[in-house]
Amino acid sequence: MAELSASSVGLTTADGRPLKAALATAQQRAKRRAFLLVLPLLAFIVITFIVPIGQMMHQAVYNDGFSANMPRLAAWFAEHPVGTDPDESAWQALALDLQDASAAKTAGQVGTRVNYEMSGTRSLFTSTARKAKGFAPPYRDAVLAAGAKWDDPVLWGTMRQVSRAYSGNFFLAALDMTHDPQGNIVAMPEDRQIYVNLFVKTFLLAGLITFTCFLLGFPIAHLLATLPLRWSNLLMILVLLPFWTSLLVRTTSWIVLLQQQGVVNSALVATGVIPDEGRFQMIYNQMGTIIAMTHILLPFMILPLYSVMRPIPPSYVRAARSLGATSWTAFRRIYLPQTLPGIGAGSLLVFILAVGYYITPALVGGASGQLISNLIAFHMQDSLNWSLASALAALLLGAVLVLYWLYDRLVGIDNLKLG
Amino acid sequence: MKKLLVLTTALSGFALAASAQEIAVMSWGGAYATSQIEAYHKPFTAKTGITVVDVVADNPAAPIKAQVEAGNVTVDVVDLEYADAVRLCDEGLLEPIDPAILEPGADGTAALDDFLPGAVTECYVATIVFSTLYAFDESKFPENPPSTIADFFDTTKYPGKRGMRKGAKVNLEMALMADGVPAADVYATLETPEGVDRAFAKLGTIKGDVVWWEAGAQPPQLLADGEVVMSTGYNGRFFAAAVTEGKPFKQVFDGQVYEYDGYAIPKGAPNLELAKQFLTFSTTTQALADQAKWISYGPARKSSGPLVGLFMDGKTEMGAFMPTSAANLTNALPSSYEFWVDRDTELNERFNAWLASN
Repeated sequence: MAELSASSVGLTTADGRPLKAALATAQQRAKRRAFLLVLPLLAFIVITFIVPIGQMMHQAVYNDGFSANMPRLAAWFAEHPVGTDPDESAWQALALDLQDASAAKTAGQVGTRVNYEMSGTRSLFTSTARKAKGFAPPYRDAVLAAGAKWDDPVLWGTMRQVSRAYSGNFFLAALDMTHDPQGNIVAMPEDRQIYVNLFVKTFLLAGLITFTCFLLGFPIAHLLATLPLRWSNLLMILVLLPFWTSLLVRTTSWIVLLQQQGVVNSALVATGVIPDEGRFQMIYNQMGTIIAMTHILLPFMILPLYSVMRPIPPSYVRAARSLGATSWTAFRRIYLPQTLPGIGAGSLLVFILAVGYYITPALVGGASGQLISNLIAFHMQDSLNWSLASALAALLLGAVLVLYWLYDRLVGIDNLKLG
Repeated sequence: MKKLLVLTTALSGFALAASAQEIAVMSWGGAYATSQIEAYHKPFTAKTGITVVDVVADNPAAPIKAQVEAGNVTVDVVDLEYADAVRLCDEGLLEPIDPAILEPGADGTAALDDFLPGAVTECYVATIVFSTLYAFDESKFPENPPSTIADFFDTTKYPGKRGMRKGAKVNLEMALMADGVPAADVYATLETPEGVDRAFAKLGTIKGDVVWWEAGAQPPQLLADGEVVMSTGYNGRFFAAAVTEGKPFKQVFDGQVYEYDGYAIPKGAPNLELAKQFLTFSTTTQALADQAKWISYGPARKSSGPLVGLFMDGKTEMGAFMPTSAANLTNALPSSYEFWVDRDTELNERFNAWLASN
C-alpha cells in the first residue's frame, strides 16, 4: 500500500530526492564529461577553420587603407553629404593628411586603395606626398600646384567611396561591376570582365571532370567489388598507391607524359601515327587541366562507389535475369539504383574538390586551363589585393554552399555513403 | 630517454647559436642566384663568418610585401626590380638605407657619384643592369635567323611556339616596338588607351602560339625541351645556358628592355645590422665586378666596368653579352619605373582578363 502511494507521488532515491532529478544530475555530469572529450576538436575547428573564414569574410568588406591613413579627410566626407564641392577645409584636411602620410610612409597604401577603384591615381598620391612637407595655406592652391589632377570631381567621388572602411566595392569588382562617376552600379567595360566568366568556366570544368571521373570510376569500382577478395585487394593497391603519392609528383608526371616532346607524343611520332610537326598540344591548356585533375580525383570517386557496391548481393541481378530481364534492364533497374548513394557521394566529393583546385591547373593549365582559384592566388600573392581575393573566395564558398543545399533538396544528404 | 632529451636540447641550443650569425637573402634562383652566391655570399661568409642562406622566389617583391604586411618577416635582404623597389618603398615596406654605408669606388669616387644615375634610392641599392630580350634555338632556324623584335611576333616567317612572361610588364613594350613604335615613344604611346589597345592587339596576333612562363629559370628550359622555338627571358639566364651548358641559344638584343635590379632590406628584417653589413660588402667595386664574371649582367657602378673581363671559363669575352654595351643598345628601351609603379595593377588586371578570354 505504501509502495503504491509512493509511485503516485514519484519515485525517490534513498536520500529522499526525486529519482527524475537525481537521474538528470547524473546524466548532466556524464554529458559534461563527454563534451570535454570533444572540446579539443571543437577548439581546433574554431581556431583553424571558423575564425580564418570569418576573417576572410571580414576582409572582403573591410579595407582601411584610406580611412586609417587619411583620418581628417575621411571625417570631412562623413560630415558633408554627397555632392558637396570640396571647400578649403576639405583641401586643408587633404594637405595635412598627405603630410602625415608622407612622414609615416603610408601614401603608397592610400594611393593603392584609391587606385583599385580609379586606375592611374596611385602616383598622384605618392608624388604629392613627396612635396607635402612645404604645403601652406591656402591649401587648395598648394595641392593643385603639386598635381593638377586633384581638381577632378571623379577623383573626389572615388575618395568619398573609399573613405569608409566598410564597403561592398570588392564584391562588385568580383562580379565584374563598378561604380560610374554618378555612383550608379554598372558593368565593367567588356575588356575588363573576367571573374564571372571564370566562375562559369570553373563550374563547367569541375562538372566535366566529375563526369569523366564517374565514367572511368564506375567500371573499376564494379570490378573491384565483384572480384574475389584476394584479387580485389591487389587491384585496390593500384587505386590507393597513386592516392597516397604526392600531388606534385603526380602532376609533374603528367607534364613529362603529355608535353610536346614528352613520352606520349614521342611514342606516337616513333610509331608513325602522327608526323613530327603534328605533335599534339595536350598540356598547358584546358585539356591538360582536365586530364591531370581527372586522374588525381579518381580515387575520391572509386572509393565511395566501391564501399556501396561491395555489399550489394549479386543474387538480386541474377533474380532479375531469371525473371526475364535483359542484362541492360537488370543493370538499369536493379543494380544502378542501389549504387546511387555512392554515385552521389563520389560526385559531390569530386565536384567540390575540383571547384577549389589550385596547384594542378597552375602547373598544367597554361592560359586557358586556369580556374577561379588561380586568380584568387594571383590576388593573394602577386597583386596583393587581399580584399578582392577574399571577396572572390567568399563568392566561391557561397556558390558551393548553394550547390550543396540544392543537392540536399534533390537527392537528400542522408542518401550519401562515403564508405 | 633522458639521454635523448639532453641531446636534442643541446642540438637546438646549437641551432640557436648558429642562427644568431646567419642572414637570409631572397633572390630569383637559378643562374642569377649562383652568381650572387659566388660573388657575394661565399666571400662574405669567408670574411665575417656569417652564413648567408639563399631563399628563392619567382619574384621576391610579392612574398616580401606579404611578409611585411603580415608582420612575419623572415628575410634580411631582398633582391628587387627597380619599379617594385620604388613601389614598396613608397608603401613603407622597406628599411631606409643611408648612402653613407656604401663604400666609395675603388678609384676613390664618392659612392653616390660612382653608381649609375638613379641606381641608389632611399631604400634601394642597384647592383646590376639586366635585360629582358628574346633568344631562339639556332638549330631551328639555320638559314635567315630572326634578328629583330618584329621577327618574334612573325609566326608566318618563323613558325613555332613562343615563350613569354606571364604578366603585362615588358610584353606590352615589346609588342609596341614590334609594331613599329620607336623605343623613345613606347611609354608615351602606352600612356594613351589607344596605345594599350594597340599593344594588346599585337600580342593577340601570337596569343595562340604562346607558352607563358613565370620563373626566370623556365625560358632556357622551355627552349632546351623544344617546347618553344623562341622565348623572351632574362639575358643572363640565356647566357648561362648557352655558354656554360653549350646550348644553341642566340640572343637578339634588338628591342631589349633593360632595367636595374638590386638589394633592399624589408622593414622589420630580423638581423638589420648584419643585413646592412652584407649590403656594404656586396656593393663594392670589386664585388660588383666579380658578379659579372658569373653572369652577363652589367654592374651598377661605373668603377666596376673596367674590371669586368672574361667569364669564369677564362675565354668568353663578356662585352658582347652585356645589355649595356654600345653594340647592343641600337634599339633598346630603358624600362620606366614611373610608368609601371602606377599602372602595374591596372594593366595586369587587363592582361589577366585578356588571357582568360578566348
